[in-house]
Amino acid sequence: MKQQSPVKKVLNTLRPYRVLLGFAVLFALVSVSLTLYIPVLVGQAIDHIIGKGNVEFADVARILLYIAVAVAGVTVCQWLMNYFVNLVSFRTVRDLRRAVFRKFNSVPLSYIDTHAHGDLISRVINDVDAVGDGLTQLILQLFSGVVTIVGTLIFMLMIDWRIGLAVFVLTPLSLFVAGFIGKLSAKRFREQQLLQGEISSFVEEYVGSQRVVKAFSYENQSFEDFDKFNTELYTVGFKAQYAGALANPTTRLVNAIVYAAVGIIGALTVLSGGLTVGGLSCFLTYANQYTKPFNEVTGVLTQLQTGIAAAARVFEVLEAPDETPEASGNSPAHRGEVRFDDVSFSYTPDKPLIQHFSLNVKSGTHVAIVGPTGCGKTTLINLLMRFYDVNGGSISVDGTDIRDLRRDDLRARFGMVLQDSWLFHGTIRENLRYGNENATDEEIVAAAKAAYAHSFIRRMPKGYDAVISEGGGNLSQGQKQLLCIARAMLSNPEILILDEATSSIDTLTEIRVQKAFAKMMKGRTSFVVAHRLSTIKESDVILVMRDGNIIEQGNHEELLAKKGFYHTLYHSQFGGSK
Amino acid sequence: MFKLRRFLTDYKKECIIGPLCKLFEAILELFVPLVMANIIDVGIKNGDAGYVWRMGGLLVLLAVLGWSSAMFTQYFASKASQGAGTKIRRALFAHINTLSHAELDRLGTPSLITRITNDTNAVQQAIAMMIRLLTRAPFIIGGSLVMAMTINLKLSLIFFAAAVLIALTLYLVMTRSVPIFSAMQKKLDRIARIARENLSGNRVIRAFSKQKTECARVDEATEDLAKTSIRVSRLSALLSPVTYAVTDIAIIAIVWFGAIDVSLGGMHTGDIVALVSYMTQILLAMIVVANLVTLMTRASASAKRINEVFETEPGVKETTKNPIEIDKTAPQIEFDNVSFTYSDDGDEELSDISFSVRRGQTVGIIGGTGSGKSTLARLIPRFYDVTKGAVRVDGRDVRDYPFSQLRPQMGIVPQQSVLFSGTIRDNLRWQDKNATEEEMITALKIAQAYEFVEKLPQGLDSRVEQGGKNFSGGQRQRLCIARALVKHPQILILDDSFSALDLATDAALRKALRENTHGMTVIMITQRSATVKSADLILVMNDGRLAGQGTHEQLFAGCEIYRDICLSQQTETEAAQ
Repeated sequence: MKQQSPVKKVLNTLRPYRVLLGFAVLFALVSVSLTLYIPVLVGQAIDHIIGKGNVEFADVARILLYIAVAVAGVTVCQWLMNYFVNLVSFRTVRDLRRAVFRKFNSVPLSYIDTHAHGDLISRVINDVDAVGDGLTQLILQLFSGVVTIVGTLIFMLMIDWRIGLAVFVLTPLSLFVAGFIGKLSAKRFREQQLLQGEISSFVEEYVGSQRVVKAFSYENQSFEDFDKFNTELYTVGFKAQYAGALANPTTRLVNAIVYAAVGIIGALTVLSGGLTVGGLSCFLTYANQYTKPFNEVTGVLTQLQTGIAAAARVFEVLEAPDETPEASGNSPAHRGEVRFDDVSFSYTPDKPLIQHFSLNVKSGTHVAIVGPTGCGKTTLINLLMRFYDVNGGSISVDGTDIRDLRRDDLRARFGMVLQDSWLFHGTIRENLRYGNENATDEEIVAAAKAAYAHSFIRRMPKGYDAVISEGGGNLSQGQKQLLCIARAMLSNPEILILDEATSSIDTLTEIRVQKAFAKMMKGRTSFVVAHRLSTIKESDVILVMRDGNIIEQGNHEELLAKKGFYHTLYHSQFGGSK
Repeated sequence: MFKLRRFLTDYKKECIIGPLCKLFEAILELFVPLVMANIIDVGIKNGDAGYVWRMGGLLVLLAVLGWSSAMFTQYFASKASQGAGTKIRRALFAHINTLSHAELDRLGTPSLITRITNDTNAVQQAIAMMIRLLTRAPFIIGGSLVMAMTINLKLSLIFFAAAVLIALTLYLVMTRSVPIFSAMQKKLDRIARIARENLSGNRVIRAFSKQKTECARVDEATEDLAKTSIRVSRLSALLSPVTYAVTDIAIIAIVWFGAIDVSLGGMHTGDIVALVSYMTQILLAMIVVANLVTLMTRASASAKRINEVFETEPGVKETTKNPIEIDKTAPQIEFDNVSFTYSDDGDEELSDISFSVRRGQTVGIIGGTGSGKSTLARLIPRFYDVTKGAVRVDGRDVRDYPFSQLRPQMGIVPQQSVLFSGTIRDNLRWQDKNATEEEMITALKIAQAYEFVEKLPQGLDSRVEQGGKNFSGGQRQRLCIARALVKHPQILILDDSFSALDLATDAALRKALRENTHGMTVIMITQRSATVKSADLILVMNDGRLAGQGTHEQLFAGCEIYRDICLSQQTETEAAQ
């Protein structure tokens, strides 16, 4: 299974459309055989036109009527065949895109964190498109091609089986040549798709952060960097296109030589009395017809090869390992107890981050985590939400190891506001409702008011129905944070996690928001990561972290009395005035 | 499509020779049946085996000639199409670089990605196909028409009628499908946008367990695209069958009217055979044209989208490229009655702001969320143009400067700490490609980042993932500060750049900045009153207006909003100190 070629994998995805494809084959069969038959009918009609005053009009009319019927048949069948093939390939494109998206949400988060987003987008957009293009061409050429080949072959063998056999054996020679060229150029096509992905990543990164580019007058440099990729794409693209395009003339050359050979052998056979002149001319016509599908397949070879290279990239994503499978476990209690038991974790094996970390949080406790940047605060939250799995030890919620819970069930208990405020393209109302689809308009407004977002929302041209562009557009960082807070409030979680959730909000608003949180979280467990120590003074437990370990623990007064690291941190706030 | 032809001007040679080679090949092709006929008519008739061999050799020669000429066509087609595509991408990226944020927001990053890749590919493919196929078909069609006319002028009318009908079909299908193709690309943009959101917001999606909703959104968007694609394919799938039907009906007409003519003694039966075979030639050529038209239709929809980018005028434009004279005695930064709105229908974001900053001063800007602090700072490097009033740097309106003179003297640390994929060294060299190791280390030290960078196994050469994801928020922010400091800018703008720092680091950083930035004008936007306290000038923003300006003492005594902010963060005695 694993060593399957990308072509086979694509063909596997066609399976649901077997019936449609079956019909397409049927229509191809009908339309191709009629196409082959019409010239015969025309010939017959002409046979009834003998000369001046000697035309059998009745017969001509009858045959022409047949032709008309056949033409109608061809037209309808051809249209249906084209349509069905398009139907199948567009649906396959749709299915592939859906599968890739599902993958985005089922791979471990580390996959998303370590892959360039622009490249992944390019796989969803460009590579899947290329697969679709290749597929359409492949099916269309394949169906009508196979039927034509089989049909003409039968005719040829009937006329003279020896020459027929020669044509039958010689023509695939062109396919062999095409295959050879294809193999030679396959690498270039892979490189081409790879570079497309890199260009997408580059554009995603640099256009997405155009503000920074402008701030540093980096336009020229970024253009130069872009052009490096671009020039490379030109070199590789040109080679791929040209190599791919060589296949068609070369097959045609081989086929033309075969045709010449048939002519010579045929003529010599006629000379030795083995064949009639009429038979030879008929034979040549069919030989011509027979080679055409081979030429046409190589004519779309570049598209096919792009498609294959693209398919490999799409399946690379689809075959990325999923998160560890879901446990079926349900969590009996809903008290909000959290326990870290000898937890160890690191993102990369050579850089240990959290080691032998233990902590017991009783239900309803407000926990604050402070410490210098990079000490592992956010990582702790990544583990708690099971964005990453621990390397050693265990984390349990209400006595159940979180690895024994379904991720959705686990996460549904948490309400989370992160440092990076993420909003999607949609109205403010849709964004707020994200964590709670059933929220009424009143509840939305109430949450927005609690998060002190109501007043600025109301001042926007369309209020709650104002559309936020991707990434938040003209909203300030602080406003985006307020919206994320309102969103979390609306989801009404059992356990609240705030990771630097108010870092960009002015202090007056922050205090009010904190109060609203406090009211909402009464009796519920919460974790707050913060730098502004004033905001966490009231917490039940403050954990002071350094280099992945808790170095101090206690409430505000206790920690101050210790005169340890926390004491230093707290007083640094007034460093300027002392 | 035609608007993009300027990208082909460097490929005139390729665009002319390529099709000519194709034409040559087509002409050679015409000889093949003639030679074959000679083999039969002369060789077999005379029983001349030598003649058969000679003519057979000629066939092979024709094939080889055709092959070499086709190789040239392919070469030129590949070169011109890839070359033009490369030029389009280059021009697109260069143009996007000139656009200001307002335009980029409107076009959207994911859409720009599809335009640079997917749409450009479509145009590129169309160019290649045009060079490969465009001459052959008209040549064969034209040639067949002329031949038909020489055989029977009256019957050739049928040819013309068929040609008109087919042209009409092509035209109808094309005009009808262009808008659908445009719609398709737009829907593709939407999928790209959802993809980008799903990637950047993956954590939030999982936190809210919204995978199903996202799947539904994708399902809907992909279904929508599939439906539109199928709708357009219903139209374009019509082209070849209709072409087929029209030519075959023409053949029926030829046979019928030909029969009448033959019966009246107007022409011979052989003439009908010839006419029919010319019609068949036309049919084959027409099928090629039909496929080409489908390709061109899609490409022209893409070309339109590419042109849309080119036609988007940058909202903020340079008036000159040449450096201008500045007045070193004037205030370094001066806001003169500045008002600003982001969009025409929006509320004023800033109203009547006036203040001036002397060289070397440290300015603190403080105020509520959404009060316009960042907007104000963005006007100094001219990311946006003021709606009213003027912003002056060194005595000259920022609108008079070339960007290359205005912006490089500023070190800007944006609100969102964005790093770019590469190494730490690459990122630190943004301000100046040739920054020395020493300059970078000094900057890192001031930004309090050296300590952790030094500890990394590869130090300055450590990898930075896209956006800086492999660093914590605070580390990222410090690296962004260091990046801005590398070339010791005249003006340093810190847009809430300490928000992710713990207070000890914050204090140490401010101290280092004070000690190392002599002569540097520092604009510091912040939420923390402790940060602005020692500033030479504090601006208090409230709802887009300047609620007060002065020193800490002046404002604490005279500005209620400022006093409230300070008090919310410290005890009264501490604050008053």
